[in-house]
Formats: sequence, C-alpha cells, structure tokens
Amino acid sequence: MKALIHASAALLAGTCLAVTLWTGLEERSTALAFGLLVCVGELGRWTGARVREAAPLGAAGALAYALLGADAGQPSHHGVTQVVTVVLAASLLGGVPHTARGRGPMTDHLARRVLTVGFTAVCFHPLYDQGVFEEWGGPAYALALLALLTLTALCDCVLAAALAHSRTGWPFGPLLRDELRGLLGIGSAVCATGAVMALAVAVVGLWALPVFSLPLLLTQLSFKRYAAVRTTYRQTIASLARATEIAGYTPAGHARRVAELSRAVGRELGLTRPELAVLESAALMHDIGQLSLVDPVPAGATAGLPGAEQRRIALLGGAVVRQTGVDSAVAVVVERQADPYREQPMAARIVRTVNAYDEKVRDAGPGGPLRALEELRLATAGDYAPEVVESLARVLARDCLTLPSAG
Amino acid sequence: MEAVPARARVYVACVVLGALLCAARLPRTPALWWAVVLLSAVYAGCERAAARWRFAGTFYPVLLAGAFLLPPAAAALVPLPGALLSRVEQRPYALRRIWRAAHLMIGVRAAGSVHGALGGRDAVAGSHFPYALVPAGAAVLAFCLALTALDGGILALGERVPARRAWRGLFVRSLAPVAVHGLAGLMMAVLWRSPYGPVAALLVLLPMCVSWWVFAQYHRERAAHQATIRALVQAVDIKDGYTRGHSERVGQASMMIARELGLDDERVEVLRFAGILHDVGKLGVPTRLLRKDGPLTPEERRVIELHPEYGHEMVRGIGFLGEARAAVLHHHERLDGSGYPYGLVGTQIPESARVVAVADAFDAMTSTRSYRRARPVPAALDELKRCAGAQFDPRMVTALVRALGREGWHPVVTAGEEPHPFVPAPQAADRSGARP
Repeated sequence: MKALIHASAALLAGTCLAVTLWTGLEERSTALAFGLLVCVGELGRWTGARVREAAPLGAAGALAYALLGADAGQPSHHGVTQVVTVVLAASLLGGVPHTARGRGPMTDHLARRVLTVGFTAVCFHPLYDQGVFEEWGGPAYALALLALLTLTALCDCVLAAALAHSRTGWPFGPLLRDELRGLLGIGSAVCATGAVMALAVAVVGLWALPVFSLPLLLTQLSFKRYAAVRTTYRQTIASLARATEIAGYTPAGHARRVAELSRAVGRELGLTRPELAVLESAALMHDIGQLSLVDPVPAGATAGLPGAEQRRIALLGGAVVRQTGVDSAVAVVVERQADPYREQPMAARIVRTVNAYDEKVRDAGPGGPLRALEELRLATAGDYAPEVVESLARVLARDCLTLPSAG
Repeated sequence: MEAVPARARVYVACVVLGALLCAARLPRTPALWWAVVLLSAVYAGCERAAARWRFAGTFYPVLLAGAFLLPPAAAALVPLPGALLSRVEQRPYALRRIWRAAHLMIGVRAAGSVHGALGGRDAVAGSHFPYALVPAGAAVLAFCLALTALDGGILALGERVPARRAWRGLFVRSLAPVAVHGLAGLMMAVLWRSPYGPVAALLVLLPMCVSWWVFAQYHRERAAHQATIRALVQAVDIKDGYTRGHSERVGQASMMIARELGLDDERVEVLRFAGILHDVGKLGVPTRLLRKDGPLTPEERRVIELHPEYGHEMVRGIGFLGEARAAVLHHHERLDGSGYPYGLVGTQIPESARVVAVADAFDAMTSTRSYRRARPVPAALDELKRCAGAQFDPRMVTALVRALGREGWHPVVTAGEEPHPFVPAPQAADRSGARP
C-alpha cells in the first residue's frame, strides 16, 4: 500500500518535473511568491507531536496555488504540471533543515502533499480552462472551490490513514475515523484558507498572500505552543504516576508498562484518539490510590486482594485524580477499575485486565505470560472482559511483548 | 447591583449616550441594511459560539470588516445585538451587557470614521493594494485607542483599580491581536466587495475561528497542567502535616531572589517551579518519619535525607523544568561541602539549587512548626547572613534581603496557616494600595 502511494507520487512528480523543464515556467513572479509561501510553511513545520496537519501554512499555500485561476483580475496560464513542480520544489527546499537535523522521514509527507495538490489541480484546471466557472458567477465559483477542497481533504484523509496503517500496522478503520475527525479542526481551516487565498489573489494580486498568511502563521505558532504544553502535561502526569513507585508501593516501571500495553490493546479494540488519551492517563495513574494507604500492599499487587479492598483503593485513587485537574473521564476510569467488567466502561476494563496481566507476569519466569493469559481467560466470567483478554493475547502475539522489559 | 459605585453608573450612562450619538444619522439605503443585518448576525453567532466553547476575548474581525465596509454610523450598529445577547459571567449582568455593547459601538464608530477619512472605502472597493493597508492600519489604531481608553476608565471607576495601573500596558497588549484581526477584517471587506461576494468573505472567518479555538485549548491545557503540579505539591503537604503552604512560599521566595538577580523571565518562572517542587521527593519518605515528634535516630535521618534523590527521580522526566531538576536534587547542599546528597562545594552546586536553598531556609525559619514558633523576618534574615559563606551563597542572601527590603514579604495564604506578613517601614503606606 505504502509502496503504491509512494510510487504514484514519484511518477506524478517525475512527469510534472519533466514537462515543466521542457516547457519552462509561466508567470514567474506568481510561481516564486507561492513557492516562497510553501517553503516558509514547511520551514515552520513541527515534528514529533502527532497532529493531523504539521504544516498548515504550507498546505494552504499549495492548495491555493492549485486553485489559482486569476491574478489581480488577469487570467493565469500556469498548468497542472507547473503547480506540482513548484510545490514539490518548495516543499523539498523547506524540508532540508528538518532532514538535516534528522527529524523523521519526509517521504510520507511529501507523497501526500504531491498527490493532494496534483488531484486538486487536475480537477480544477481543465474545468477552469473550458470556462465552466464563468457561467456560474462569483459566489457559486467560491462555493465550487470549497467543494473541490472538501473532496481533496477527504482523499487526503484516506491517504494519511493508509500510510499510517502500513507504517504502524494499526487497524485502518479507527485511523481513518481519527483523520476525518481531525478535518473539523485544523483541516477545515486549511481548506478555507486555501480557497480564500486563491480568491483573494484573484481580486487584489499577490499582496493578498502576506496579508492573509499572517493569521495562519499565528495559528501555526499557537498550535506549536499547544503541542508543547500538551507534552509537558503528559510528562507531569507520568511523574505523578511514578510517585507510587518511588514511595515503594509499586515496582519500578509498572505504571509505564501498563500504560503502553493498555494503549496497544485500546488501539487494537478500535478506540478513538481522545479515548486512547484518557485510557493512557488512567493507566498511568491507576495505582495512585495506594499513596493514601498507611501500609503498602505487598509488591503493589492489587489484583490478588479481596474485591472490596480493591474497590476502596480505586475510589481513593479517583479522589486523588480529581484533584489534579485532569479530564474527569480519567478519574471515572481509575475509580471503576476494580468493578466487575459488565459494569465498567471500556477503558476501565482494559486497565483492569492489563494491570492484572503485568502483576501476574512479573517474577513468573519464562512460562509466565502464557500462564497469566490462561488465568485471565479462566476469570472472564466476572472480573475480566473476554474481548479485552483476547485482544491482549493478539497484541502480545503480534508485538512479541510477552516478556516486558523492566525499568 | 448595589456593589456598583454611582460614579461608574454615571460613566456607563455617558458612554451609552456617546454610543447612541455614534449610531445617529443613519443613511436609508436598503442594500446597506442587508449588510448590517448579515454582519451583526454573524457577530452574534460568533459570540454565542465563543460563550459555548468558553473562548476568551472578543471576535473583532467581523466588527472591523463592518468598519471597513459600511458608513461609520451603520457600522456602529454591527456589535449591538451580539453584545446585548452575549453571556456574562458576573453580576450585574444587564449593566455589563449594555457596557459591552456601548463601548464596542464607540470603538467601531471611531475605526470607521478614521478609515473613511483616509479614503479607505474606495481603496477597499477598488482593491487598491498596498494603499488599502494604510487606512486599515489607522483604523485599527483608532479602534484600539478608543477601546483601551474606555476600558481603563471602567476599571478605574468600577473596579477601583488605581488609574495608573488601569491604563498601563492595556494598549500595548491589545494592539497585536487587534492588528491581526484587522488584517482578517480587511480581507473580508475586500472579498465582500469583489465579484465573489459575502460567501467568500465569510470563509475568512473559518481559519480565524480555528486559530481562536487553538488559543483557548492552549490556555485550558496550561491551566490543567498547573493544577496537576499543584496536586503533586498538595500530596506532599498532606503527607508532611506541618509544612502546609511551605512549597508555594518557597516558590515565591525563589522567584523574588531570581528577579533580584536580574535573570530573564523564563528562568524566573523555572526557579518558581524549582521552589514549589523542591520537596516533592518527600512523597517517597514514610509518613511515620515525616510526622515523628522528637529526635530522629541516625538511621531515620539517613532515610529522610534521601528525599532530594527521590524528588529528582520523579521530576527528571518533565522537560520544561530544565535547571529546576538540578535544584530539586541539590537544594540541601552547603557551600562548605557538608551538605547532601553529594557534598558538592561552592560553585559545583548549581545556581538554581543555591537560590532554592536560601528560600527554603528562610521560609522554614519564618513559619510555625509544631516544635517551635515562627521567627520574625528580620531575625531570620540575620541568621541567613550569619550562615552566608559557609552554608548559603552570599549573593543569594543579599538578593533576598534587598528584594524583601523593597517589596516586603506577603506569603500566599493557604488554608490552616496564619500568614506572617512583613512590610518594610518606610514604604508601607504607598504599597498597601497597590496590592489587592
């Protein structure tokens, strides 16, 4: 799948490049201005944080160039091939510092950019050249551009989900659903900006670019800050989770292992991105109720305690989590982690099962994982949800996580 | 309503009168009325959305687009329905809504007049760029000036904020966001007048709304992050009964020292966190030891002295804390090398740790513990000066003494702890008013 996408992107880029080299550039100043915009957008791209659109300014500039029908009232003459060539060159140029610093692969990002821009230009230019839009009048033209961009965004979602699917092996459906949900936020802003830029350049000329890219640049910056504060927030929650380990209530690395395995199981079960975030926080803090205990539970193993005692610790934990200002959904999961599975929300079922698995596997030697899974399966009548146990077994078989690394 | 002073009511009444004058002498063209109705509906919709998703601030692009498109008197009507229907958090609701509508009307009228006087409407209609930026820029300035002048007035009269403080920084802070909104408003106005019409103009709002939403998300996430850190500190306070509020006060004292040393704002903030989190490792020390009355055995003392290392282990994964992590690990080191955990000497001890050590000792001496009463601030400072050189860095002690001499010591009052305020004698009179 990934190879197919990359190959078609390379084919499209190569053809367009060859044709443009053969025919030369039309309207160089416009090409230069849009190329500069895309390049700046790519330079400001952020890496690391998992967001839908890493370079909104670059994406909007590229789409606007693909949809540009006129410049200050004069019809423009650049074709599909020139659009793809300019966007490709600018994206490559803007990506140089990121590649030089060794931050992540560029190829997926470039392939998506080339294919979406090519799709938009191929849809738009033939219709525009035949004069279809002129019959419709101004407002209808604006709406047509928006409709075309919506179509492009949907295709882009499918592309992104397919690439993520082949990169990570996670199920395609939830990935696509996450991508589509992301469209409502930054995705819609990118589409609207692309359409508005194309229209504004058609009315006032290239002056529209700096005037309108400033607000979007600020959006990009505040997205960056938002991503940064999210990161530190997650780190803080992780340290809060480590408090029980440092206080000697639970063994080292337990919270982190449960969080990672819970996330994998949640993904396998098709949870959405917000649900996964709640699940991860809850898994990190699931043992925090033990801080309120006077005497530590032996080895922090709550799964072996009587049910009433487990529920009491879970309620104490929920009370601590509520104080932290985290999403209250996290507190609910922590509170209900010891309930019988039929009364639990999905995230709590996952945390309960994975926690029990990690406690059973610890110090159990080479045969431990299989025996632990067997014990969990035998308890699916009341304590552990059967579909979660099966999902856990699938995750363990796939990722070879049967022996979790300590620390 | 009874809490509103009479002079504030008179002030609001004057502003309302001004607003009514702003909207007087309306031109009677039906096409114009459609534009006014559409723009004010959009503005009201944006305000409702903002109230629903708890965004902060007002959404100016629509108002400024109105000022760039319509005659000033008509533009002044655009904010009216949105502001009158907007959600208000505090009482008195009606008065606040009326105030919001009136001062926005005056601001829009000012912007529209300036824009018209510079020939902006022709520039927008003919899309004469770059000249169209000049009247738009002037209009943004006028809008900002009018709003900040009126806002400062209501702060001074209604909320009893001292006049100098009410106006200080208000204009500079609001100029940059309003300028960005002004650019979006200009784009809206140009597209509105273009063949593509109002449909294209409304598309401009979508990215602005997303930008706004991201900004609100950022603030929400930041607040949640700070709540988490507070929870971390509260957990220590609950465990270690008689040091309640100690962490936050050490944070405050560290911040004062850092400011006095002339560090940049970012480092000052990091040092505040260093002070707040310095004892977080006590979470790892058994509660029995922390609460023990009477002398500790050498064995128990060794266990308690592990807390800097526990604390470092906890916070080392938090990236933004930077040098605060070193402060957590080394805040019990002494300059002569007799401290713990590593027995570092002099400048081997990180600067942040030297700051927190002084702040920690100062607050420990000036707050009441179960085994002794609090010492007065001057006595504590004398003690710090006596130990400077051997235990504490003299530079930090001097900085603390100077900062306290100028600002006084106003620890944050937390529940269950009586504060020990200390105000330096000569400046007591003029300081008391400036501190809410």
